Amino acid sequence: MGIIQKSQVKSPWIMHFCNSSCNGCDIEVLASLTPLYDVERFGIVNMGNPKHADVLVVTGPVNYRTARVLKNLYDQIPDPKMVIAVGACASTGGVFHNCYNILGGVDKVLPVDVYVPGCAARPEAIIDGVVLALQKLSKAVGVAK
Amino acid sequence: MSQLWIAVIAVVAAPFVGGFLSGIDRRVTARLQGRYGPPIVQPFYDFFKLLGKGRIATSKTQFIWIISYLVFMIACLLFLVLQQDILLLVFLLGFAGISFVLAGFSTKSPYSHFGANRELLQILSYEPILLLFALGVYSQTGSFMISDILASEAPLLASIWPIFIALLVVLTIKMRKSPFDIATSHHGHQELVKGIMTEISGPYYALVTLTEWYELVLLLGIVALFWANPLWIGILIALAAFVLELFVDNINARMTGGWMVRFSWAVGLVLCIVTLTYWWIMKGVF
Ligand code: SF4
Repeated sequence: MGIIQKSQVKSPWIMHFCNSSCNGCDIEVLASLTPLYDVERFGIVNMGNPKHADVLVVTGPVNYRTARVLKNLYDQIPDPKMVIAVGACASTGGVFHNCYNILGGVDKVLPVDVYVPGCAARPEAIIDGVVLALQKLSKAVGVAK
Repeated sequence: MSQLWIAVIAVVAAPFVGGFLSGIDRRVTARLQGRYGPPIVQPFYDFFKLLGKGRIATSKTQFIWIISYLVFMIACLLFLVLQQDILLLVFLLGFAGISFVLAGFSTKSPYSHFGANRELLQILSYEPILLLFALGVYSQTGSFMISDILASEAPLLASIWPIFIALLVVLTIKMRKSPFDIATSHHGHQELVKGIMTEISGPYYALVTLTEWYELVLLLGIVALFWANPLWIGILIALAAFVLELFVDNINARMTGGWMVRFSWAVGLVLCIVTLTYWWIMKGVF
């Protein structure tokens, strides 16, 4: 177990991207960054720049316009990276399912690692999702608990 | 021989001290904001994680400038611990800052360019104060050598304390704390995406972090020179200045670049010039 692998699990920097959500899930994502939940305890820091991020947190269904942006952002994140789909919309399309402009869930465009259910997803569920993603990452890099 | 050992120990130990201090920084900041905060060793986790990230370089020259930023900063630290010329130290620090600016300019991203321009503004704000600080040292000890400061009995703080206040402003600017975190900022604060750091990612980001740790130790060392005899009082003063910066960071909002230049010149430069003029009249030192 190398120190780099251990650090990768200890310091996930997230980037939050809103596809075409109703904004409900975005507010919950931001709520989990507030002092009440304080995700910085786990080393989670919100980044505004894909080049510094490790975890892409996506809310809302993918539409034809955001698909390109989403792919672009994903490509700019250096490896190793994780994708978390937050909310019913990001997981499956949710209430926007079958709209004329909607492709569906995030997994139509990106390989999603963790799906967080809920409409809107609760902050506790989002933090759970990030922790789950980290467990998956630690298995992948060989420091599984 | 002993000089060599001092140099080696300083180069090896400084990142640990710097990383530990920035861990305390994040913890204290979190407490001030009513949060629990990350573990003290979090900066080291971040550092090693960044080292292990994939390389996405948008320009090859950027890497060279970041390396030279690091090398010049280490050279500055060596000047301090080997008790060399403080004037040359200030010039080397200027070179280090310019290298970082060039790293920002060597990519095509407009955010990076904005950040680099703002970094230039920061250099414009603090460099004159540092130069006048060196002159202030000269007015007291009659030489620019740090060894002479350490040898002199009277503390600099007693005679040129206004320059100390000006140096605190420099410390805020160099530590990238509010209200002066305009080129880039820490703890996931955002400023024009990430300012000058926008295109610096992965292992290169780690190198910049390392340089910042060296820089922090270097600046606190310079602050400690204000009470060089005995040095432990100086170190306590430096640590107090560090904690003061954390408070300043948390009670201020970010200001604009122009305001920063006006403030640091109006307060810092005036304090320095008044002190120097006073000693010129009293002692006729220059
Ligand atoms: S899951 Fe619900 S709250 Fe979240 S974006 Fe979709 S509709 Fe809005």
